[in-house]
Amino acid sequence: MAANVLDFERPIRDLEALIDELRTPEKRAEAEAQGLDLDSEIARLEAELRSVIERIFARLTPWEQTLLSRHPNRPYTLDYVHRIFDDFLELSGDRLSGNDEAVVGGPAFLDGRPVMVIGHQKGRELRERQQRNFGSAHAEGYRKALRLAKMAERFRRPLISFVDTSAAAADLAAEERGVSEAIATNMAVFSGLRIPIVVIVIGEGGSGGAIGLAVGDRVLMLEHAVYSVIPPEGCAAILWRDKNRAPEAAAALRMTARDALELGVVEEVLPEPLGGAHRDPAGMAATIKEAILRHLSELDKVSAEKLVRTRYRRFRSMGRWMELTPAETAEAEQPQAAPL
Amino acid sequence: MTVDPGSFEETDGNLVSVDPLGFPEYPEKLAKAREATGLTEAIVTGRATIEEVPLIIGAADFGFMGGSMGSVYGEKVARAFERAAEEKKAVVLFSASGGARMQEGLLALMQMAKTAAAVRKARDAGVPFISVLTSPTTGGVFASYASLGDVVLAEPGAIVGFAGRRVGQQELGGQLPPNFQTSEFQYEHGFVDRIVNRKDMRRILGFLLRFFAEGRRNGG
Repeated sequence: MAANVLDFERPIRDLEALIDELRTPEKRAEAEAQGLDLDSEIARLEAELRSVIERIFARLTPWEQTLLSRHPNRPYTLDYVHRIFDDFLELSGDRLSGNDEAVVGGPAFLDGRPVMVIGHQKGRELRERQQRNFGSAHAEGYRKALRLAKMAERFRRPLISFVDTSAAAADLAAEERGVSEAIATNMAVFSGLRIPIVVIVIGEGGSGGAIGLAVGDRVLMLEHAVYSVIPPEGCAAILWRDKNRAPEAAAALRMTARDALELGVVEEVLPEPLGGAHRDPAGMAATIKEAILRHLSELDKVSAEKLVRTRYRRFRSMGRWMELTPAETAEAEQPQAAPL
Repeated sequence: MTVDPGSFEETDGNLVSVDPLGFPEYPEKLAKAREATGLTEAIVTGRATIEEVPLIIGAADFGFMGGSMGSVYGEKVARAFERAAEEKKAVVLFSASGGARMQEGLLALMQMAKTAAAVRKARDAGVPFISVLTSPTTGGVFASYASLGDVVLAEPGAIVGFAGRRVGQQELGGQLPPNFQTSEFQYEHGFVDRIVNRKDMRRILGFLLRFFAEGRRNGG
């Protein structure tokens, strides 16, 4: 477990270890023998623990947020799926070339209501992590998601998508089977699906790998998830030829949930349990479930035509630029500009 | 010259990039790119004709910040598809891009979704799209609108791939086919229709445009 503690979590871990120790029968017997009030000491330490966590989490840097989004104990898609839905049946395969375990999906019931679920899936132990390619999907993962999304549309079931990937696979197999085309096609098709789509970025929203499952009517993000065009390590390597400057890049990229909200890329940030989702997966699942139900009940009132129109506008309006006057344009464009 | 001489008329040339994130050195890089290329952005779009068939055309310039796709690039591409749907014209886009523009962060990533959605909408409106991949076409551009052509053409030997050749090589320790992430590799694997030399481009595009235009005239 020690390896699963982030540097900035150490004070938390140390206090918890102390509290756990005081709770052992040996300590209790020892305290009784000495006439000490162990319970009040434990209560005092628990209050201190709480304030330590609050203090640490009140001033997390963008880099620390990034590390939290990749926390080895962080709940993954299936951890939430099993808690949020009454029932879930995983389906497999893209019907073209294979089954990618970096993406999971299938029909589920949300408080009795049939919905389709898709999502990236990371592995927990070494073997499972390898089997799921560390959550980096190949083309067949995106195509499996596409197949399930189209099935959902045929039967008018809402689509719930969980996003959690550092990036799409970029190896030989990914290129051979066209991971780029698969991501592009998903974005195009999802933009026109005549069903409500709710997307939740639960951990890492890693560039193209993320957006391939993230075109929806509502995009929600967990408080300590990140969403970025490039991993901060890669950004630092390109900009400054120095991966160690990733913390600087994480700040520059504005990739935290709060940033995404400010940039208009997500509709809502879902608060995490104190100390992060991994400290209370059930609590986090309850928050996500409430949000899905709330957004679906709003989207249920919208016609399919309007859903598609509004979803198109949602992405269509993203970005920031300036429009020059004709005089300003003439000045900005040099005479040699004749690309065609 | 790919288009009919004198037929090109630029649109949306008045859109210029801003620095939405306050990203280190972005304004300086933009200024340098403008000066070096004489362009206002990494892609130029407009109306033109090829063999007298009117079309909406666009070309990216790798010299402008690696042809990277930020808000303006994405907006110009989206407007090109919307204009094509309105005017019932085909779209031809020449890509030359390293991918999404890092300096615009998430907003650049969102241009992938925006342009892919624009292709879908134009497709629904019956607009044909010919995507031409020139060197290099990688990352977020290859993984969005550029892969979605009804017809995808690529120039011989062009670097075309998802992650960029260097990244792939590092991950695989050099165990890669010699044509990995080239036009020819993508052609072999079914993601490119034809490898076309620049000198033949006008003829091939003319053929395709006539094919699409004739079909529309008779089919409504």
